[in-house]
Amino acid sequence: MDPKIVIAKRVAELLSHGNVVNLGIGLPTMVANHIPEGVDITFHSENGFLGLGPVPAEGQEDWELVNAGGMPSSIVPGGMFFDSATSFSIIRGGHVDATVLGAMEVDEKGNLANWKIPGKMVPGMGGAMDLVVGAKIVIISMVHTQKGKPKILKQCTLPLTAKEQVDIIVTEMALIRVTKDGLVLEELGPTATIEDVIAATEANLIISPNLKRFGTEYLN
Amino acid sequence: MINKIISITEAADMVKDGMTVMVGGFLANGTPETIIDALVEKNVKNLTLICNDTGFPDKGVGKMVVNKQFKKIIASHVGTNPETANQMNSGETEVVLTPQGTLAEKVRCGGNGLGGFYTPTGVGTEAAEGKEHKVIDGKEYIFETPLKADVALLRASTADKKGNLIFKKTMKNFNPIMATAADLVIVEADKIVEVGEIDPEHVMCSGIFVDYIVGGDK
Repeated sequence: MDPKIVIAKRVAELLSHGNVVNLGIGLPTMVANHIPEGVDITFHSENGFLGLGPVPAEGQEDWELVNAGGMPSSIVPGGMFFDSATSFSIIRGGHVDATVLGAMEVDEKGNLANWKIPGKMVPGMGGAMDLVVGAKIVIISMVHTQKGKPKILKQCTLPLTAKEQVDIIVTEMALIRVTKDGLVLEELGPTATIEDVIAATEANLIISPNLKRFGTEYLN
Repeated sequence: MINKIISITEAADMVKDGMTVMVGGFLANGTPETIIDALVEKNVKNLTLICNDTGFPDKGVGKMVVNKQFKKIIASHVGTNPETANQMNSGETEVVLTPQGTLAEKVRCGGNGLGGFYTPTGVGTEAAEGKEHKVIDGKEYIFETPLKADVALLRASTADKKGNLIFKKTMKNFNPIMATAADLVIVEADKIVEVGEIDPEHVMCSGIFVDYIVGGDK
């Protein structure tokens, strides 16, 4: 069982037919491989197009058509290219239904930190700050802990990407929703127990009375 | 008709020490590589760069970073070029990280005669520090000011001799916006065609924004 595949599939199931979605680099990109059949999603790529398609086969790469990671990509029928100002008008204007991003830290208030470790790593925020304030739903997809250390905290310690914008956190252990009252544990991953999740999470968790389980199809 | 076609050497000679330079492209996709190479060779110094990112050490504007030609860099992402971080950490180069959408809109404002804009991007983060905050209809925004440059160095797939441009696929990115925001606009085009060969409905950036064209040999 690859935890990243479990996460990507659960995130994919959160998306609705007809949604416009922007996927971040890394694990979030894998979500595109797990969209349920019959669900039509238009992927937005912030470097300048709608209708992001599959990664081209080896030897078929087109370096005039790259994704936001600068790697060869493809465009599906019905897509469109545009400039960077238009791309971010689409994002800030509320025309993106969901964005899926990774995180270094998320906290109880839905604060997100994923762009900077002072003194260590300062890659820049790229389009992340715009995406998290502009997209209607912000989904964080990540492995639950970093070398055993919790990433879901009472309060973020790293510089923020955005204040109180995260809606849902999906890890291999849990699906957690950010609410006014705090973080609600709504679903457990394929093998996790409530105790496992609490032990791997620094933030307080409210356990949903309708607690469910996802990803059991990946057991065995 | 004004002749806008110049040599690569003439183009490079227009970029002088200390200038503010906008460079089109996204991770070097849509960057005028031939002009960049000529500027590395000319070794013009103390430039201020406005670009989405700093490319890679061997690709795009990153080659000029490695050659230490910038005193200041305004970009949204520098993570693909370790040399930028080195110069930032040593204090050699000032790096102003700006959210990508804010950067694009600052350039758009610069070229569109606007005094700035209120954006929700960056509220509650380091990107908002020292900036005016304003609540509009219950939502918090920060004020961002326009960006302009002495020269913009852009890449197009096709230019006609008046400078009307077509960009291919994702190579559009910052190019048409930057064309409006600099005193001098130089475009490296893969192909140069006669005026009239591009259908007006297909022109993506008007030749009125373009001062000079180089290339045409691809």
